[in-house]
Amino acid sequence: MNEIYGPIIRDGLWKNNPALVQLLGLCPLLAVSNTFINGLGLGLATTLTLVFSNGLISLLRKQIPDEARLPVFVMIIASIVTVIELSMNAWFHELYLILGIFIPLIVTNCAIIGRAEAFAARNPVGPSLVDGLMMGIGFTVVLVLLGAMRELIGQGTILSEAHLMFGQGAQNLSIILFEEYRGFLIVLLPPGAFIGLGLIVALKNVIDIRQKTNESEVKLTDVFPAKS
Amino acid sequence: MNLIHKHILTVGLVLAAFAIGATSIVALTEANTRDKIIENERQTLLLAINALVDDNEYNNDILTDIIILPSTQQLATKGNSTVYRARKDGRPVAAVFTSIAPNGYSGKITLLVGIYYDGSLAGVRVIKHKETPGLGDKINEKKTDWILKFKGLSLVNPIESRWAVKKDGGEFDQFTGATITPRAVISAIKKSLQFFEQNQDELFKEANNE
Repeated sequence: MNEIYGPIIRDGLWKNNPALVQLLGLCPLLAVSNTFINGLGLGLATTLTLVFSNGLISLLRKQIPDEARLPVFVMIIASIVTVIELSMNAWFHELYLILGIFIPLIVTNCAIIGRAEAFAARNPVGPSLVDGLMMGIGFTVVLVLLGAMRELIGQGTILSEAHLMFGQGAQNLSIILFEEYRGFLIVLLPPGAFIGLGLIVALKNVIDIRQKTNESEVKLTDVFPAKS
Repeated sequence: MNLIHKHILTVGLVLAAFAIGATSIVALTEANTRDKIIENERQTLLLAINALVDDNEYNNDILTDIIILPSTQQLATKGNSTVYRARKDGRPVAAVFTSIAPNGYSGKITLLVGIYYDGSLAGVRVIKHKETPGLGDKINEKKTDWILKFKGLSLVNPIESRWAVKKDGGEFDQFTGATITPRAVISAIKKSLQFFEQNQDELFKEANNE
């Protein structure tokens, strides 16, 4: 059991993280990672879509002809996103008013079709669902981290507007760290997203290299192979 | 028909089957959620209106007591917009309509403006904007109470020349690092008040189709 799911979980969360390693889904990632809550919102909506699309594609993988698989994937993903959007609008209207703007963005996230092609089309339903969930969580964690970073440096708060997602009770979750903070505009604007993501990717690489050097002495050329 | 043709045909048919399946699922979902979504949107609109004009101040069906305005230069609206009229026992109470500030820092700012029959503001809310987070977006009532301070004001309170930010010799606070956004909003509110004053009778006219 663990032999199958262990690597899937490690892949999604760390080794093959969609945002940090595959660098997929950057368009929505950079667009809405300006606050903690926005990041969390897009992350949750993406995770939901990933789980459904991986599950459905894996279920139908024997019926999908190889030559026509890409249009079929696109059709399935677009339908899932539309169904989620309509259902949320109907039954979770409050949540829809907050997450609604993020849902159409998910269609532009190539991580979803990427997982369909690389994993769900070749694996049974169980592992595919886990893969979708883990990739989604991995994506969400990066979004939230980037959002929190940009919010903190850009406007000096953390969890502002938490009540939009968690209801009025969460009003006092918002923390203003610096009163009369003047703001740091570039961090809130799109360049801040690129710089922030670059820093997080670099941090991940540093941790990976450290780990490798601890396991066994490696030469620098192992990490940065010389061009032949 | 040789093997390749047969194969192409099969793949095409399977693709068509998936297309029919996907479309049916979306169509089915749409049919099942349509009424609920319309009702939700009605409720949301009613909440937005009631934030400006409290629902015990009127007793008509405000969502159907409407007139449609064509493009109006003073409100900077392009295309039709709706005016919702609040009445109590048939007497006009207030009108709620959309007004646009075309000159925000990053484009249009859409406002919902409510004005009492006596020409004083019932309130203003920002419905849609693209202003800079942390600076211009303080016009949103969820961020600061700036927009709430317009309640009760009119064209005589303050006098017309004081309808500006303090930096321009007016009555209203600008934000640190952002003057363009509040300037645009104040100007749009003032124009809405002027529009209301000039068209008051038209705005409360009984709908033709009643």
